[in-house]
Amino acid sequence: MTLTAGAERSARGTPRATGREGGPVDHGAWFLVLPALIPILVLSVGPLLYGIGLAFTDSQSGRTAPTRWVGTLNFQDLLHDTLFWESFRIGLVWAVGVTVPQFLLALGLALLLSQDLRLRWLARALAIVPWAMPEVVVGIMWRLVYNPDAGILNETLRDLGLGDGRDWLSGLSTALPAVVVVGVWAGMPQTTVALLAGLQNTPRELHEAAAMDGAGAWRRFLTVTWPALRPVALAITALNFIWNFNSFALVYVLTNGGPGGRTRLPMLFAYEEAFRYGQFGYAAAMGCVMVAVISVILALRLVATLRGGDDT
Amino acid sequence: MRTRKGARAGQYAALLCYLVFLAFPFLWLISTAFKPARELASLHPTWIPHDPTLANFRQAFDEQPLVRAALNSLTAALGASLIAVVIATPMAYVIARHRTPLAKAATGWVVVSQAFPFVLVIIPLFLVLKNLRLIDSMTGLIMVYVVWALPFALWMLVGYVRAVPTELEEAAAVDGAGRVRTLVSVTAPLLAPGIVATALFAFISAWNEFFFALVLLKTPEKQTLPVVLTHFIGAEGVADLGPLAAAAFLATLPSLVVFALIQKRITGGMLAGAVKS
Repeated sequence: MTLTAGAERSARGTPRATGREGGPVDHGAWFLVLPALIPILVLSVGPLLYGIGLAFTDSQSGRTAPTRWVGTLNFQDLLHDTLFWESFRIGLVWAVGVTVPQFLLALGLALLLSQDLRLRWLARALAIVPWAMPEVVVGIMWRLVYNPDAGILNETLRDLGLGDGRDWLSGLSTALPAVVVVGVWAGMPQTTVALLAGLQNTPRELHEAAAMDGAGAWRRFLTVTWPALRPVALAITALNFIWNFNSFALVYVLTNGGPGGRTRLPMLFAYEEAFRYGQFGYAAAMGCVMVAVISVILALRLVATLRGGDDT
Repeated sequence: MRTRKGARAGQYAALLCYLVFLAFPFLWLISTAFKPARELASLHPTWIPHDPTLANFRQAFDEQPLVRAALNSLTAALGASLIAVVIATPMAYVIARHRTPLAKAATGWVVVSQAFPFVLVIIPLFLVLKNLRLIDSMTGLIMVYVVWALPFALWMLVGYVRAVPTELEEAAAVDGAGRVRTLVSVTAPLLAPGIVATALFAFISAWNEFFFALVLLKTPEKQTLPVVLTHFIGAEGVADLGPLAAAAFLATLPSLVVFALIQKRITGGMLAGAVKS
């Protein structure tokens, strides 16, 4: 009986200052950890280190001669590979172009869904759809929307008298924005749900107290909601940025990097280099550069956050 | 009072915009899937098919081995999610209950593993699996999926374990139950819903996964559903729209159903992991 009572009490608020935490590891712990630890080491950490090592070799697929250590040659080549840096630039534009609107739209939706509105359930249900869909299907679906003749976008534009429509995904200037819209659509729900969950952390009493003091909606957001939401918001934005920068399937299906490389994200570039041209060493070097630059960006972001955090 | 009403109206207008934005691509997919070829060729497409037909579905099954592809996806997703959860649960338990260097390292690995571009992992994995003759095999793909699912499985499970009060375990220990007994008879039942949610989430992720399957599976008979779907789009990007839409619609249904069932638990679990670590 005491068991169920305790279970219902759940985790919230139960102090856990017990002897276990911080205590010495007993041998049972190792036994419990090994089944996951071995695959992690063999299939994740190991390949990662191997991959970094490959970046310093001339490894190629189907090569008969033994792979040689070439030092930083791949990185020197990368430095002069204008196509790679172009794809890197596109990757950054794409990651920022998707992450920022994704966050703002998700924040708006989360705030709406935390209000007492009718049709809220429908929005919640719909928000599941993009999240649960395979990225390949999302890509296919939007190809149907963007289709120059049979697509709904051009037909709607024609109905509204906004021109005769165009081939969005094949246009040199429209392809990247068109793909960005899909990225926003696909990632928005997940961000919304995270923010919605974060909103539940905001203390209701504070909200009511602020309202009593005559604070308007905007003031209440700034003084009560945002401070409580900030940790979740920062975490999800950082993750979204990384995920978007590294994304592959969506754009592979939508444009395959075209037209003329205008949507060739770094992952698409590295994939082609590795698995079409067989340049494993070179592609691994690209992966290393991607990691390095992302780490620097995120580190800067983190520093800025910590600095900003001092004032509050 | 008037401003309040105005605000309400604004909120509903915004909500409506969101509803349209979220729904219209999906509605268009469904509409396209049920349109006869004649209507798809029309230069003025309509929302509702005049002559709804199932021909696209038949043609989709004729053109590509969808049933086999779905079975391949099912095998990969079931195998990966079961193995991932079985090996992740004990580790998540240790991470949640002991503040050891190992737990810290594991948490660090979970975070770092999210930041790595898959290409840096897939090239060496490709070479390793090739040497083990596991390229183009379901076993190889499942191995990759297990490791790929482990970070978020651990993340979610750690949150679920932390939600089980330690007092319960201590009470069992005082009553003389050994470690294994405590785990099996006290902790496991309370964790079960979380474990199921984690497994289902891993299932959907593997069912939807594309990149690893694209790289690792070469033989058409072995490919998974997302890879086979891309075959509907020809080399020049020209696609037979009707069957493409029909196949894409079908491929989404399983994950939509599963996701609808567990959505609340997933978000709860992710948040628990995020807030408490």
